[in-house]
Amino acid sequence: MRFAELAVGDPSRLLFGTAPKPVKTRRGLEIGGGTVYPELNFTLPPMQVSEATFPEVREIYRSVVAEALDHARHLNSPGVVFEFETLLEFTRHPAWGVELVAVMDELCEQAWRDHGFASEIRLTPNDLREFDRPPRNRTSQYLDAMWELFDKGAAVGGDLLSIESTGGKEVHDDALMMCDVKGVVFALAVLGVRDMRFMWSRIVEIATANGRIAGGDTACGFANTAMVLAEKGFIPAVFSALVRVVSAVRTLVAVEEGATGPDKDCGYEGPYLKAITGTPISMEGKSSACAHFSPVGNIAACAADLWSNESVQNVKLLSGMAPIVSLEQLEYDARLMNTASAAGQAGDLQRLFAASDRALDPQAFVLAPDNVIAIAGEIVQAHSHMDAAVRAASKALDLMTQAHGTGALAIPEAEEPWLDMLGEALADIPQTESQLIEEMLPVYGDKFVPQEYGL
Amino acid sequence: MDQGTLSRLSALTENGKVNRALGRGQDGVEEVTAQALAEGHSPAAVLEALTAGMAVVGDRFAAGKAFVPNMLLAARAMSAGMALLKPFFDSGEVQRKGVFIIGTVFGDLHDIGKNLVAMAAEGAGWSVVDLGVDIQPEGFTAALDANPGAVVGLSALLTTTMGNMEPVIQAIRRARPDTRVIVGGAPLTREFADKIGADGYSSNPAGAVELLAGFAAEPSGGAL
Repeated sequence: MRFAELAVGDPSRLLFGTAPKPVKTRRGLEIGGGTVYPELNFTLPPMQVSEATFPEVREIYRSVVAEALDHARHLNSPGVVFEFETLLEFTRHPAWGVELVAVMDELCEQAWRDHGFASEIRLTPNDLREFDRPPRNRTSQYLDAMWELFDKGAAVGGDLLSIESTGGKEVHDDALMMCDVKGVVFALAVLGVRDMRFMWSRIVEIATANGRIAGGDTACGFANTAMVLAEKGFIPAVFSALVRVVSAVRTLVAVEEGATGPDKDCGYEGPYLKAITGTPISMEGKSSACAHFSPVGNIAACAADLWSNESVQNVKLLSGMAPIVSLEQLEYDARLMNTASAAGQAGDLQRLFAASDRALDPQAFVLAPDNVIAIAGEIVQAHSHMDAAVRAASKALDLMTQAHGTGALAIPEAEEPWLDMLGEALADIPQTESQLIEEMLPVYGDKFVPQEYGL
Repeated sequence: MDQGTLSRLSALTENGKVNRALGRGQDGVEEVTAQALAEGHSPAAVLEALTAGMAVVGDRFAAGKAFVPNMLLAARAMSAGMALLKPFFDSGEVQRKGVFIIGTVFGDLHDIGKNLVAMAAEGAGWSVVDLGVDIQPEGFTAALDANPGAVVGLSALLTTTMGNMEPVIQAIRRARPDTRVIVGGAPLTREFADKIGADGYSSNPAGAVELLAGFAAEPSGGAL
């Protein structure tokens, strides 16, 4: 574990717009330097992506970014980040992805040159390794295309490099469905951590070689899957909340390997990262309801440095195209936060964000700044990632149990027995990683290839 | 014959008790299924007891009082009983409700929703053929060749892969025109399902099972 103490130890300092280690971009954004910027992500409407349709695809990306830049300036936005979270086809055919980055970068550069308006592109290739079952994480035939898109995409203007990496997901999916905490810890803190080291050492290398910024990862495929399942009533929210805090240990590895932030938007574990490492983070909440529902619409903003919409389809709404609608919503959210900061009332707004959500759902509860600091404090005291995962989950469970007891956290009756069950499951996790691996091999051994994790 | 044995079998299924080995020495579905058959209960009655146990969990799940792991444990327990009924299925003495082929269409790797539907169908008494993810049209038609008369379920999570359902349905229609096809996945709508020629759409596993039940009551012509 690289970080042995918290970068932010006071919940009132775990604040939107401000990070101990802000990141400056080439066109003048200072992320975490006092201002919250919108981060806009959009995707295609339902359509096939092929050689034949690519000209239409390129025009969609061009027109959305051009219009978004105009509208951002019209709204007096302080700047904007565009996330190009690629569709599978754009990573499978890196030349397409690279071309789209170049198209968007040209528009950003023009806005900077002509109007002094700052914008940057976050380039997020897909993790295609999942196409193999079980995945060949280190020897996958898909890795070359992924690295090519990172490298050439960075060269033509991808400023912030990110990925939703999936190492360990092949085990985690099953662990989620069974609410198997031991399996979750194994997938995230043993397999996931190893894969993150592999991925992020290379991404940081590519960013450095191209003079770009290694942003960060997200446990989207893990903890957001849990959140969606909990939202549908498929798994208990108390379990999903534990998955979230354990996922922070995995996402942390990107920074341990040299990523500097801003961490990726759908990583709701971002506040943990900020508290531990001081790097800025992107977050999403109510303004990402266009992509998915969540119980953390306001509380997610407490520590956001970029404020994102996750993704929206380019479809026509009454006022305009959906990405531009999203941009306006994000900009007004960011404007309110920035106005609060300028007025010296950021702490008040942060407390309101937290207070409005924290008592209503365990997943919101573990994002409350005081709880983040308490749980992150356990992570930095750990002697290994696995130890950190167990400590974090145990602390989160204690806090949820106490809060439920005092009426400070609502937990549905059907979930109440899970508090004890999860406690027993955590207590049953062995002390050492080798013991855990030995226990997990008979359960999940057919799901993953140990050598692909260096095991 | 002890009717209590069948009630016990239902309760054990409901509570996900697989067998003695996993149950710390307590009998599970495996042992009690064997006991019920030994007592002379018909295989059909045993199957009904197993299905009834699953149905209770399904109802609790639908009411928000149980979760997927409860369903999965019950399904595992039921499978332990079904293994002992296999000779009776093979001989035709008891019949499943039908065969349900399911897969995520090509270009898409998401499978949690698909897995949930497969599990729910199995628990409702269907024989499930799970093809996995990223399945080309030929994968579905080959499975239909092996299971004529089966119902097919298609899953997709992405706006860019939901369109791949249409060529799959077209391939199925060309190969076996009477095949019933249902579709599901987060970005789908009933209108989209109608547009691509699906026979049914559901946004959730319980709805998918209801569609299957409707097909079982009114088969399309092939032997289920």
